[in-house]
Amino acid sequence: MERKFGEVVIDLQNISLSFGGVKALTNISFDVRKHEIRAIIGPNGAGKSSMLNVINGVYHPQEGRIVFNGQERREMEPYMAASQGISRTFQNIALFKGMTVLDNIMTGRHMKMNCGLLSHMLHWGRAQKEEIEHRKKVEEVIDFLEIQSIRKTPVGRLPYGLQKRVELARALAAEPELLLLDEPMAGMNVEEKQDMCRFILDVNDQFGTTIVLIEHDMGVVMDISDRVVVLDYGKKIGDGTPDEVKSNPDVIAAYLGTSH
Amino acid sequence: MLYREAGQFKASYQEDSQIFPIRQDRVGFIALLAFFFLIVPMVASQYWLQAILTPVLIFSLAALGLNILTGYAGQLSLGSAAFMAVGAFATYNFMLRIDGMPFLMAILLGGLSAAAVGILFGLPSLRIKGFYLAVATLAAQFFIVWVLVKFPWFSNYSSSGVITAQEINILGYAFNTPESKYLLTLLVVTVLALAAKNMVRSTTGRKWMAVRDMDVAAEVIGIRLMRTKLQAFAVSSFYCGVAGALYAYTYLGTVEPEGFNLTLSFQILFMIIIGGVGSILGSFLGAAFIVLLPVFLNIVLHSFVGAALPPGFGSNLELMIFGGLIIFFLIVEPHGMARLWQIGKEKLRLWPFPH
Ligand SMILES: Nc1ncnc2c1ncn2[C@@H]1O[C@H](COP(=O)(O)OP(=O)(O)OP(=O)(O)O)[C@@H](O)[C@H]1O
Ligand SMILES: [Mg+2]
Repeated sequence: MERKFGEVVIDLQNISLSFGGVKALTNISFDVRKHEIRAIIGPNGAGKSSMLNVINGVYHPQEGRIVFNGQERREMEPYMAASQGISRTFQNIALFKGMTVLDNIMTGRHMKMNCGLLSHMLHWGRAQKEEIEHRKKVEEVIDFLEIQSIRKTPVGRLPYGLQKRVELARALAAEPELLLLDEPMAGMNVEEKQDMCRFILDVNDQFGTTIVLIEHDMGVVMDISDRVVVLDYGKKIGDGTPDEVKSNPDVIAAYLGTSH
Repeated sequence: MLYREAGQFKASYQEDSQIFPIRQDRVGFIALLAFFFLIVPMVASQYWLQAILTPVLIFSLAALGLNILTGYAGQLSLGSAAFMAVGAFATYNFMLRIDGMPFLMAILLGGLSAAAVGILFGLPSLRIKGFYLAVATLAAQFFIVWVLVKFPWFSNYSSSGVITAQEINILGYAFNTPESKYLLTLLVVTVLALAAKNMVRSTTGRKWMAVRDMDVAAEVIGIRLMRTKLQAFAVSSFYCGVAGALYAYTYLGTVEPEGFNLTLSFQILFMIIIGGVGSILGSFLGAAFIVLLPVFLNIVLHSFVGAALPPGFGSNLELMIFGGLIIFFLIVEPHGMARLWQIGKEKLRLWPFPH
């Protein structure tokens, strides 16, 4: 399957990040092109999640440049990343536990809603219109991910697999340009994994969303990603198409050296 | 009519997002309003209006304010009473110092003053959470009361800081009877409670809850923590401030800074714990419970045991019941009486066919 990719959406150049003495990322460079599914793989503790945290401003790398949509960005806070169209899900589910599925997803859309406190107090006219308008959009996401029946359920009561799906829904509600997924299929059974794969591919196809995906399941990674970055102990040891990566001796060594 | 959701299909998102989506709740709410606005002022005694219903409403409003901050936005505060004090003293000074100041405008300004002070004392919440934040709001509690005592300007140089509320006059009508004061309080509290309900079911409230439930995730979806927390402090203090103004003007008539002490702050906290953290209804249930329990105990003790009791027995019993209930709710039902009510309704929705 050969697909045409657009220009570089985000370009990471010589990123280094450390926590005290621990070097989480050392001199990492790679780019992500428009409309591709870019996987990041590597053994536990390789620095994959840290990489996503650097991309959306949760962590600030000590060294390196990040060019997003042609603009180099300086110290970036997570909310700024969100306002520039970067959404994500978390390795450990980070839903709003006390809220329903619907409210979680609606919250994911807040950046597109403009009414302020006073109009919310009245909940009349403009505020009500806005709420309904965005509810429609959210319902589209709900239909897309096939979670209609759990709309009004508090997320805390849902099984793990569905929570992961709701988290994806919350990220999609923001209509992101770049979607970061941290192990979206971890802990799922085969059927749930298949569903999730299908959703990720559909998001990529139908909305043209660029996706950066961390995943441990090699089968899945090789199936759905266009290009793969391999990290090990915070260093990049491979980068290329799934086939290229599969036959890279360093990658094979890293994976044989650990229990995968 | 049975309490049922079945058969009430929502044909539009507008219907689904109504303030009371179930018809019986809607009817019930209107009936409740009619009861408290029309029937109660006619049948209730002056004592009940003045000494029970009016304070229940005022404490409900203060509890609502704390609930917005603690229950919805997840920021613990022990300074509610101090923000009430700001509302009361600010309203007093606006009435005193500006000629022809309309009462409702003075209350609004009083609430806004409390909101401003609330933002100031909310600043530590940007750095600290939970227990440590509670300690920081404790500082607000003591500092504000100290300032009001220390600078006699706030109480217009009266002795020991006592202020006497000016007469309430709205559009030429003097609110000087228990009935009229009760109705005025009820009106203000109803309007603010509906506004709170509207806030918590819109983006504003969802942002508060997002910050409460998972602040990292909230930030990553673009919520600005600082702004959201300070907004919650402002709105919460506004509600407490208005409650404080009503406390002075429609309930007590004269207040002093020391009246808004830590004990009062704790009482408001107990109201939301017993009534329901994160529930508008719970704020009312909790306030009603805490005001009514002593009254109720008094009646029971007097009619059953008579005068044989040692002095102070009633108030000790009261404290024991409070303590027990608070422990019960904290451990068994952290969402308080409001949650019990909701569970009851869910049972009722299925009754008489529970399967
Ligand atoms: N906030 C932090 N503080 C200190 N050390 C951290 C922090 N975040 C990550 N690290 C360290 O950085 C290294 C990389 O962690 P990271 O979570 O990025 O790995 P990962 O590849 O996502 O692993 P996994 O597959 O287990 O999720 C680890 O040694 C980890 O202990
Ligand atoms: Mg990880």
